[in-house]
Amino acid sequence: MSSSESPDLNLIVDHLFRHEAGKMVAVLTRLFGFPNIEQAEDIVQETILKALETWKFGKIPENPQAWLYTAAKNKAIDVIRRKKLHYKIEHERAALLKSEYTLVPSVNEMFNDNEIKDSQLRMMFACCHPEFSEESQLTLILKTLCGFSTAEIAKAFITGEETISKRLYRTKETIRKNKIELVIPTGADIGKRSDVVLNAIYLLFNEGYNSAQAAQLIREDLIAESFLLANLLSENPTTKSPKVYALMALICFHSSRSESRLTPEGEIILLAEQDRSKWNQSLIQLGNSYLNLSAIGSEISSYHLEAAIAFEHCSARDFSQTNWTQILRYYESLCAIHPSVITRLNKAIVTMQVLGAEAARQELQEIADKKKIESYYLYYSLLGEIASKLNEIPEARIYYEKAIELTLSEKERRIIRHKIGSLRK
Amino acid sequence: MEKFLYLFRGGDMPESKRSPEAMQAHMQEWMTWMGGLMAKGNNVEGEPLHSTGMQVNGSGKMVIDGPFMEGKEMVGGYLLVDAKDMAEAVEISKGCPILEFDGKIEIRAISRTGM
Repeated sequence: MSSSESPDLNLIVDHLFRHEAGKMVAVLTRLFGFPNIEQAEDIVQETILKALETWKFGKIPENPQAWLYTAAKNKAIDVIRRKKLHYKIEHERAALLKSEYTLVPSVNEMFNDNEIKDSQLRMMFACCHPEFSEESQLTLILKTLCGFSTAEIAKAFITGEETISKRLYRTKETIRKNKIELVIPTGADIGKRSDVVLNAIYLLFNEGYNSAQAAQLIREDLIAESFLLANLLSENPTTKSPKVYALMALICFHSSRSESRLTPEGEIILLAEQDRSKWNQSLIQLGNSYLNLSAIGSEISSYHLEAAIAFEHCSARDFSQTNWTQILRYYESLCAIHPSVITRLNKAIVTMQVLGAEAARQELQEIADKKKIESYYLYYSLLGEIASKLNEIPEARIYYEKAIELTLSEKERRIIRHKIGSLRK
Repeated sequence: MEKFLYLFRGGDMPESKRSPEAMQAHMQEWMTWMGGLMAKGNNVEGEPLHSTGMQVNGSGKMVIDGPFMEGKEMVGGYLLVDAKDMAEAVEISKGCPILEFDGKIEIRAISRTGM
């Protein structure tokens, strides 16, 4: 055995199979047409399996990515020939796939770097077609672009595999029925459609950042994936925009704190108690540079404001030096353009820091959608905190207990029990 | 040190578990296992085998496609491993990730001429 062929434990980068699966599904779906996505998924599955079966004996190719692409190309060409798939393909390149002279070069061309990125972007817009519900968009993105399996998606959303399978089945029906194609919208459409894509990426990030129950590894994956997807948008002249940069800044700032948010045992550490020396400074700097890029243009989106808020937290030396007044101003603007219940709830938390508990209570009372807010454990947890600050101890206890009832997360329950415990002192 | 041949049969990941991430994790286990053997001086060297092949038979030299058999009965690959004796070769093989998915390892000592 020559030294170049010896088993090398670290030759394969983390998530190589998953990331390449996402790219190959995008390329092959573009090649076969969206309605034939299952054919694309099958080929990718076979390709990865072949890689596993071949490489596991210690012979990892020098360029694993190129190996995968060659295997996938060969399978795709074979399927087009054997199944006469081109009869089912209805896009601009279909004619090229019919002739033996153009079949192979056409398939090869689709696997160059630019075309791969283009296919991923097309896939992103197709997954975020307005025909799909938000949850279907996220599911489809994870399945096709990020290479997650049904089981892994179910884990990320803390739901059953059956639910995810059904959801995917329905989206595939919708693709066929509505003849949804893999295209990047142009002209007047691009703005509106981009907003849907950004929203989906934002939700994906939130799912990773805020889910109190999903396993830590899955959460980190979701955060990393949301960044990669936003990065794809930012690299393309048609799809890049100040909003994209703002979203990337937001993701960087929040991720910079992920190391300090949990104890080694996985317990939640509140912002005030986090060890700020553990915050990742290079991510904060990256966030800063995206925030600067996002300042071009006149529109201030919710991503801009959320990034600005996260920036304030990241740049405060300790909790007491946080510029709460500035943060409250951002929250006011945020509520003006995006007055969601959760935003107002967060604003009330900041109000408590700036104007005191009484003002925060007032703020909560002004939220009209009582039914919705009363389903949040955070609402009762905040009411408890307000009552405790105003020395209304029995009320505080009742609120905290209500909060405990509402959260499904054992970790959050422990945090609130701790707060109840400190009431007596 | 003696040389031993490991013949692998079956051990494919069940279809329901074949996500790209899980497949990479499984491959990583193989790499870790073999890397550990290399580090301990049990030189491993092996190759996967294609699922198709030919068979040439007897004095008639009859050539047929084959071997045709169930996937789990077919030799999917081989490894050559250095070990002190059969006992060590058996012990080493127990760490092989193929066993995780119900695969089989046939271990054969390589006979040396003159011994």
